[in-house]
Amino acid sequence: MFIKQLSIFVENKFGRLEAILDCLSQNNINLKALSLADTADYGVLRVIVDDAEKAKKVLNEAGVIAKLTDVVAVYIDDRSGGLASVLSILKNAQISIEYMYAFLGRTEGKALMVLKAEDEAKTQKVLAENNISMASQNEI
Amino acid sequence: MKMWQEEYEAMPREELTKLQSERLCWQVKRMYESVELFRKRMDEADLKPEDIKGVEDLHKLPFSYKQDLRDYYPYGLFAVPMKDIRRVHASSGTTGKQIVVGYTDADLTMWADCFARMLSAIGCDENDFVHVGYGLGLFTGGFGAHDGAVRIGATAIPISAGNTQRQIQTMIDFGSTVLCCTPSYAMYLGEAIEEMGLKDQLKLKVGIFGAEPWTEEMRTQIEEKLGLKAYDIYGLSEIMGPGVSYECEYQCGMHVCEDHFIPEIIDPDTGEVLPEGEWGELVFTTITKEGFPLIRYRTRDICSLTYEKCKCGRTHVRMRKPQGRTDDMLIIRGVNVFPSQIEEVLLKIGEKVTPNYQIVVDRENNTDTFLVNVEMSEDLFSDGSIKKISAVEKQISEKLRSTLGIGPKVCLVNPKSIERSEGKAKRVIDKRKLK
Repeated sequence: MFIKQLSIFVENKFGRLEAILDCLSQNNINLKALSLADTADYGVLRVIVDDAEKAKKVLNEAGVIAKLTDVVAVYIDDRSGGLASVLSILKNAQISIEYMYAFLGRTEGKALMVLKAEDEAKTQKVLAENNISMASQNEI
Repeated sequence: MKMWQEEYEAMPREELTKLQSERLCWQVKRMYESVELFRKRMDEADLKPEDIKGVEDLHKLPFSYKQDLRDYYPYGLFAVPMKDIRRVHASSGTTGKQIVVGYTDADLTMWADCFARMLSAIGCDENDFVHVGYGLGLFTGGFGAHDGAVRIGATAIPISAGNTQRQIQTMIDFGSTVLCCTPSYAMYLGEAIEEMGLKDQLKLKVGIFGAEPWTEEMRTQIEEKLGLKAYDIYGLSEIMGPGVSYECEYQCGMHVCEDHFIPEIIDPDTGEVLPEGEWGELVFTTITKEGFPLIRYRTRDICSLTYEKCKCGRTHVRMRKPQGRTDDMLIIRGVNVFPSQIEEVLLKIGEKVTPNYQIVVDRENNTDTFLVNVEMSEDLFSDGSIKKISAVEKQISEKLRSTLGIGPKVCLVNPKSIERSEGKAKRVIDKRKLK
């Protein structure tokens, strides 16, 4: 069960991030989760939005590089050790994680994490086998 | 100040013209016999060596260009067998391929004498300690200064470039009296010395600075910080290296060693020789060089000449400080950089990288900064993995460093963000303000 993540190139220049978010806002796109990775020279903004295809289209039209990537969104028990237990399952299956970040403002006793691993299909299989629930695109 | 070779340096104009004429005829004749490209160009112009009877015929001779050095890389333009070449030097060319020049024993002696002339002209002799802070290597700067120092009988300190702490310690401990390096490095050394409060421990009296453009303002600052008198020197590998021309104590232009190199100023578009005093492209003919001679070499430097007699007594023509280039070559920290080299590197890296780039050169704390902006592309962005993007970014910087001999900072920028005027991208932004 994959969800669509949008990865966006952010030039290291004053006002760039705001311009990108403004473009999304103008098109009524709502952010569900967000992570900003930065290097010395540029940044990559990763977002989960309510309409990923539309977001990509409007950004591309505005001259912004944006790509869709499949990631998994994992439900984590909202307790101490909740995330660690999921990671230990992946570690035992020899799966390396590239990056992860959390959804904004989730409640109901569960946290929701976006997780990008090297082998997405295997990750999904392992998590399913271990009864770890994942969010579908519709649930976002 | 004493002249190193007074019989040549102060030779009356009439006599000098006669000497130049003899030497020019000799050079044309031997090059016609030994350099295929020159013979070809002469034949195309329907000229025989006998048609050149003296300097008055110089304007008839065909030009030579930097491109020739690339086309005949590495040794194709040498006029003697390789067994007579004692040393080679090299510098960067227009598309990554370096250019190679060669010297016979006589050439090396002549070069050392030219540099010795400058040392003598600014009051140096065998009692001096010459600190050679130019890179000693394929770059002509280091060996040129070193051989000149040895020639005049001074003590050479061939420390080469870099390692500022060691440079300063050596200058103090070894008692350097003459500093040779690029003006920007002199500035940098001066600042470091100022910070450490060591100025009063220096014995420097003069500095010989060249290989890159610098201003009168920099001259004043260098003189203040290092407590020396700063002199300008000009040269290029193709013609010889540092010492083609130099300032004397009066600092009113640079005397060209005219008994070896004949300068002309031409209109870069028509190739016509311009009258004295006018600005145009500087062209050199080497009339004594054996190993790698050039006839009417287009330097691309924009310059002007004056034959007015100098107070120092030297009769040799003076050239003004070059005021720019007729091509797009940049000199960054003393290294020649052509925008086309950057384009070539980007194209070689492959389809992932667009050749949409922009060079930004600036000067911070009197050192050149060198930035290359490269437009991000869909392919390069891949799936947004920083690992992948950074790997390509690193590849770009390393390839640029190895091609240019100087490492720019590479910055990935938004697609289509590089300013285009009339569809043509603005490739170079040079923010350095030089007068």
